[in-house]
Amino acid sequence: MGLILSLLVQGVQMALVVALAPVLTGVVRKVKARLTRRRGAPVLQPWRDILKLLRKEAIVADSASWVFRAAPYVIFAATWVAAALVPTFATNLQFSWSADLIAIVALLGLARFALALAGMDVGTAFGGLGASREMLFATVAEPAMLLITFTLALAAGSSQLSTIAGAMAGPEMGLRVSLGMALVALTLVALAENGRIPVDNPATHLELTMVHEAMVLEYSGRHLAMIELAASLKLLLSLSLIGCVFFPWGIAAPGDGVTTHLTAAALYLAKIALGGTALAIFETAVAKMRVFRVPDFLGIALMLGLLGTLLLFVSRGL
Amino acid sequence: MPPVDAAALIAGALLALGPAALAFGGPARGAIHAAATLLCLLAAGTGGAALLTGTTTTLTLPIGLPWLGARLALDPLAAVFVLLLGLGGAAASLSSIGYYRHDPAPLRSLPFQPPFLGAMLAVLLAADAFSFLMAWEVMSLLSWALVMVDHRDAATRQAGFVYLVMAAFGTLALLLAFGLMAGPAGGYGFDAIRALPPAPLTVAAILGLMLLGAGSKAGLVPLHVWLPLAHPAAPSPVSALMSGVMTKVAVYAFLRVAFDLMPPAPWWAGSAVIVLGAGSAVLGILLAVVEADMKRALACSTIENIGVIFAATGLALAFRSGGMPALAALALSAALFHALNHMAMKSLLFLGAGAVLHATGTRMLDRMGGLIHRMPATAALMLLGVTAIAALPPLNGFASEWLVFQAVLASPALPQSALQMLVPAAGGLLALAAALAAAAFVRLYGVAFLGRPRTPEAAAAPEADRATLAAMGALALLCLGAGLLPGLVLDLIAPAARQLTGAALPAQAHQPWLTLIPVSAARGTYNGLLVGLFVALSAGLAAGVIHRTASRRLRRAPAWDCGFPQSLPDSQYGAGSFAQPIRRVLGRTLLNARETVHMPPPGDPSAARLTVTAADPAWAALYAPLGRGVNATAAYANRFQALSIRRYLSLVFGSLVLLLLGLALWG
Repeated sequence: MGLILSLLVQGVQMALVVALAPVLTGVVRKVKARLTRRRGAPVLQPWRDILKLLRKEAIVADSASWVFRAAPYVIFAATWVAAALVPTFATNLQFSWSADLIAIVALLGLARFALALAGMDVGTAFGGLGASREMLFATVAEPAMLLITFTLALAAGSSQLSTIAGAMAGPEMGLRVSLGMALVALTLVALAENGRIPVDNPATHLELTMVHEAMVLEYSGRHLAMIELAASLKLLLSLSLIGCVFFPWGIAAPGDGVTTHLTAAALYLAKIALGGTALAIFETAVAKMRVFRVPDFLGIALMLGLLGTLLLFVSRGL
Repeated sequence: MPPVDAAALIAGALLALGPAALAFGGPARGAIHAAATLLCLLAAGTGGAALLTGTTTTLTLPIGLPWLGARLALDPLAAVFVLLLGLGGAAASLSSIGYYRHDPAPLRSLPFQPPFLGAMLAVLLAADAFSFLMAWEVMSLLSWALVMVDHRDAATRQAGFVYLVMAAFGTLALLLAFGLMAGPAGGYGFDAIRALPPAPLTVAAILGLMLLGAGSKAGLVPLHVWLPLAHPAAPSPVSALMSGVMTKVAVYAFLRVAFDLMPPAPWWAGSAVIVLGAGSAVLGILLAVVEADMKRALACSTIENIGVIFAATGLALAFRSGGMPALAALALSAALFHALNHMAMKSLLFLGAGAVLHATGTRMLDRMGGLIHRMPATAALMLLGVTAIAALPPLNGFASEWLVFQAVLASPALPQSALQMLVPAAGGLLALAAALAAAAFVRLYGVAFLGRPRTPEAAAAPEADRATLAAMGALALLCLGAGLLPGLVLDLIAPAARQLTGAALPAQAHQPWLTLIPVSAARGTYNGLLVGLFVALSAGLAAGVIHRTASRRLRRAPAWDCGFPQSLPDSQYGAGSFAQPIRRVLGRTLLNARETVHMPPPGDPSAARLTVTAADPAWAALYAPLGRGVNATAAYANRFQALSIRRYLSLVFGSLVLLLLGLALWG
């Protein structure tokens, strides 16, 4: 029974994240539009865009190699596997032991590596520009992410996400300064990783400040659809990660019944909607920053991560 | 035949291939490299067999010091490195068959390359101080001769000089270290040293000297300056050997002394090694990010990986002095695993860089581009290599770095609070190095292999020869295999971890699905096989479903580039422009990077110029003052060159009196 349920949970989660990710993007866009007194596209618009792109022919530049054509699938697959291993509504994922938080972060790194290489493949100035800036951001974001992992692993005694989520949901955790710091740091890193304002603007095009859009400039058709879907998945993954680590209320634990799983799923949807709304409000309220200010922005995350870890060494209760 | 006898025979045969090369000359080069390949494979087999049985075999040869003889031993620690040397040496020798085929002066490298392998093997087998130092010195000199193959180039001669000075310095430090270990009684055999452990402070002094001696050969900051000069100057198979194997022989020397010959060192010795390792990792890879020369960038990345290995070794030292053998075994296994992985990745990359150098005639990244169209097999294998060295799953570089991070995560168990604070910070530095490595290798691969060709040579580059491709393919298989099945490799090196720390990781082969479980399943697990399988399946599934149900049409068209495509290939991002953001953010303080714009005055139509300078801080901080000091001392000593006979006689008399006084006081 336990095995069947956890296999079921794993399968449901894999399908759920793919189905839900473009909707989340749609929700964020809708809320942003409403905040700026526009009506906005329907929340299902990203899904429609992806399906439309999938049916179109793909146009590939003459100078592109097979790396350009293979990269979208690698990006999507790595992001999907990472998203499938972050607990969303239940911690008893069948394959959660195949990768801990460090490996999940590294899977996102694999997706970024493939995307940056694809950006360099056509041999245009924009692609290289996006790739070089993306790698700069990653240079600061990755150590920050590791230090956050450290803080969490020290507090929960494991780098395994399901164990961390279980420990965070447990009664003995309580409020801690270091976890607050980790939350702020993780939020900053997530903003940068997903190319949101103030780091990058997902809505820009044809601007010298863009990063993600510059790398995918040459993509079209099914390749672009894969990349868009992966970007949505990454946003969902980030929100799920913050949700399962810092707001694990109601998440189904191993051994819980089917009804608990269903209420947990409903609660998860509410959490994600809330997170998306908060993101939209934040993005409407702040302005984008200069590229060379971003390392300072991420440096704050790095310092908070380190401080959180050191505080835990000073006292396990902080 | 006992493994040590076999290994000694192989080392002798490799050394004998040198005179054979001289006797048979250039036409026999293919046969000689093929023989070296076979011997290396045999060495790898010997090392593997010795590891699987987990036994120690010894041998005493009647050469060397008359009362001691040459003691040789093959224990699990040596066996790990014999395996490493065999695999790396076989790949480099195999590629040499093709690499030197059109070499106009084969006798510049041929008599030295197989004996270089033999000398390294002898270092690993040596079980007394005399044969160890002897083999070490032969290894240094042979590798110097190989660096100097292209001696007509002034830069190569400069590199050779710096290397020779650093090698001499390193041997001096090793000599002093072994002198301290042997003690006043002069027990030069390793078993005699083990039997008489010195006082704790002496242990720390010995470890410091070993850090100088082995660290200078391995490329530990700040003793790394020769490495980006010398490794790329050599022919590419030799670069692969120097970066992939010789640096590991230096790691072996440090491990042998620090863990096997010496009792547990004070905890601060471990923290010094951690700091040096983490610092080397960051500085090395930052140099690689700004380096415009492909082979030099690879050599700088070697500094990074050596830093990772030493950081893990330092952690193992700290755990060992804290009395935690299981965690020490975890950190040490991570170090050994990363050493093996780096051999495979770096040899693969250097062999590929050699193929690119052959094909395009240049090492400068900005004169390449689009090589993936002309050299598809080389490009595919290099892609695997850069993914592995950028520490990305599911390949081997990630598996060993993951293990290092697991050891870092175990640091709360350490008793000293200073170490507890230091280790997470060092872990952050290692993560920074890993992220910078991804940037450095996106840049290296993207500029050299992707995009459009920047020169006619790059546009007409021929594919690499079959021997090199075969060697690269074998190394790529190693990278993939060790990444998917890290548990099997860890089980293989477990006897070495047990020998040095008294504990080993739990057997990994019996875990379900070959999952990597370093401490316990609740602490953190990783399964390279499943992660790799999942990514491959998801990508295949996505591609299959889309091609079958949605659309599979494809049209080739000119690049879009926002509507303003630039036909000039120079409009692509190059090596300098890709590095610019990181150079500005991190390089300004760490590398003293400066950008100056020379604007012509108004009315002057000449072009504006941007000059970018970045320098290794070790030169300015350490070596330039040292060089000035040596020069000043030499100028001062010059005065004694032209004295009158009376003064010389009085100098002689004075020193005689001083020495006699000293003898009277201490004698």
